[in-house]
Amino acid sequence: MFYREAGQFRTSYAQDSQIFPLRQDRVGIIIMLIAAVMLPFVANSYWLSAILIPWLVLSLVALGQNILMGYAGQLSLGSAGFMAVGAFACYNLILRIDGIPFVVAVALSGVCAALVGIVFGLPSLRIRGLYLAVATLASQFFIVWALDKFGWFKNYDPAGVITAQPIVMFGHNFATPREKYWVVLAIVAVLALLAKNMARGSIGRGWMAVRDMDVAAEVMGFSLLRTKLQAFAISSFYCGVGGALFAFAYLQTVEPSAFGIDLSFRILFMVIIGGLGTIMGSFLGAGFILLMPIFLNIFFHTVFGKSVDATITSALEQVIFGVMIIMFLIFEPLGLARLWQLTKERLRLWPFKH
Amino acid sequence: MLDFWFFLEVLVGGLLSGTMYALVALGFVLIYKASSVFNFAQGAMVFFAVLSFVGFMELGLPFWAALPVTVGLMILVGMGTERFVLRPLVNQSEDTLLMATIGLAFVIEGVAQLAWGVDVRRLDLGIRDEPINWVMDKTGMLVSQLDVTAAAVAGIMVAALALLFSHTKVGRGLRAVADDHAAALSIGIPLKHIWMLVWATAGVVALVAGMLWGARSGVQFALVWVALKALPVLIIGGFTSVPGVILAGLIVGAVEKLGEVFIGPFFGGGIEGWAPYMLAVLFLLIRPEGLFGEKIIRRV
Repeated sequence: MFYREAGQFRTSYAQDSQIFPLRQDRVGIIIMLIAAVMLPFVANSYWLSAILIPWLVLSLVALGQNILMGYAGQLSLGSAGFMAVGAFACYNLILRIDGIPFVVAVALSGVCAALVGIVFGLPSLRIRGLYLAVATLASQFFIVWALDKFGWFKNYDPAGVITAQPIVMFGHNFATPREKYWVVLAIVAVLALLAKNMARGSIGRGWMAVRDMDVAAEVMGFSLLRTKLQAFAISSFYCGVGGALFAFAYLQTVEPSAFGIDLSFRILFMVIIGGLGTIMGSFLGAGFILLMPIFLNIFFHTVFGKSVDATITSALEQVIFGVMIIMFLIFEPLGLARLWQLTKERLRLWPFKH
Repeated sequence: MLDFWFFLEVLVGGLLSGTMYALVALGFVLIYKASSVFNFAQGAMVFFAVLSFVGFMELGLPFWAALPVTVGLMILVGMGTERFVLRPLVNQSEDTLLMATIGLAFVIEGVAQLAWGVDVRRLDLGIRDEPINWVMDKTGMLVSQLDVTAAAVAGIMVAALALLFSHTKVGRGLRAVADDHAAALSIGIPLKHIWMLVWATAGVVALVAGMLWGARSGVQFALVWVALKALPVLIIGGFTSVPGVILAGLIVGAVEKLGEVFIGPFFGGGIEGWAPYMLAVLFLLIRPEGLFGEKIIRRV
């Protein structure tokens, strides 16, 4: 079963450094992309707007968190704060600049988040590990507080809530879930490809060198200042873009407290469960964390019937989440992506093991 | 001209509430010292401990019976944590262990709510959160009775722990484990027992902290966030120092209250939520190992 690389030779450097060296992988990716584009013709709008769009958006954010945590090894608990920056920057850009295309606004809000990320990444030059985690918590609390406190960010809305403007590009209003899904899919696909290339290029090698031993990396000639701040900036850029899409394609009405520390933890869990330091892991982890409560809910309803209290199911859900985190850390610290890889390797030899 | 007594009142209030933070942070330090685990679940333990205590009282147990039962429960939690979380993860990096304790926090919070429900309970310790009369008569300052009691309890706890660390066999074992796990094991110190003991002690500290916080603000889920407030205290004090944490607790409490009253109005208030963190970050930039923390020397 499955495919193997027999008969596919790499005869030039260009072939050797291809992103997907196996023909089957390339075909598989293309089929997946086509399927993803065609999906809205099959899925109904509940699936699109309640599952697929948030999944893609959260994957993007998890990707950002993974760049910082999995590749550059800087433990951060503040990703939701950077999402908030992205969301509110996007709102203000569209509000204050007439006729700005949505994609430009999203990109610029990513840049805003990146700038904020650089500022809050500065402590990482002096401190590491746990201390850094606490420093990133500071950014989380500060950002949410600032967005909450200063009315300007919310255009002085009396309720303190912003309503995302319609997504307008090239004179077209992307209003239906299907159109929004395509917008999100396009942005996420481009950024994921970019991340994959950064991770396997010199930038990514710098991150990994710093992750594995920062002093050694510095001795080898990596500038810690540049590498760490780069990781913070790019990670926050992804989180910012994710936040903007989260607000515009998914939530519609947003208040700063939607980007609380709970969301940061959820993103952290996505990365742990999906797999640290893998691109695919971010997608798997986001899907897992997003779908798991839905499945549990269905499960509880079928087992206990409608009578069961919502507080009990949410508490049970919490326990199951916690147990799964611990189990993954103990049994498969590299997450779902590693499990997938192991399965692939098994299948390569199957059914003739020896 | 600033009113001197008002300033003093705010300062004293801040210092006293700082001791409450220090009490929570103490649980972190205990565990970090012995097992270099940053226990994110400390807040959940505070919540779980005091919720169980109130729960047992509601089941009809008197105060003095509920206390040992809850202590026993916290010891069980500590043992369970050692067995099912720490032992399989021995020799993993600090970051991994931190993430595991985040998972543990979820489990404990969930179990607490499953077992005792989500209602806000009231805890009456017989000490009222009211100003002490004679202080008010003498100086016009409002100093809460509960704050003073909490400070006294925190002082007693710290003294007891300091004695335990320096004057008992167990304490020597604790310090040995903190210095070097492998070396301590090799001279026959039972690592597992020490870890269990430490987690159980942290559980008891959590119970005391929870009771004081619970008496002030009701026994509710928000107690979990108190632990997050304790993080800046830890940073400033250093993860490994008991006196450092006490001092840092006082600093954070004072800065928080003074900042809220005298600087907060310029920003429209509410800076309490992040001011301690900012203080901690600034502090880190100058002294990354905290006030009394051990200097970190890294080799390639």
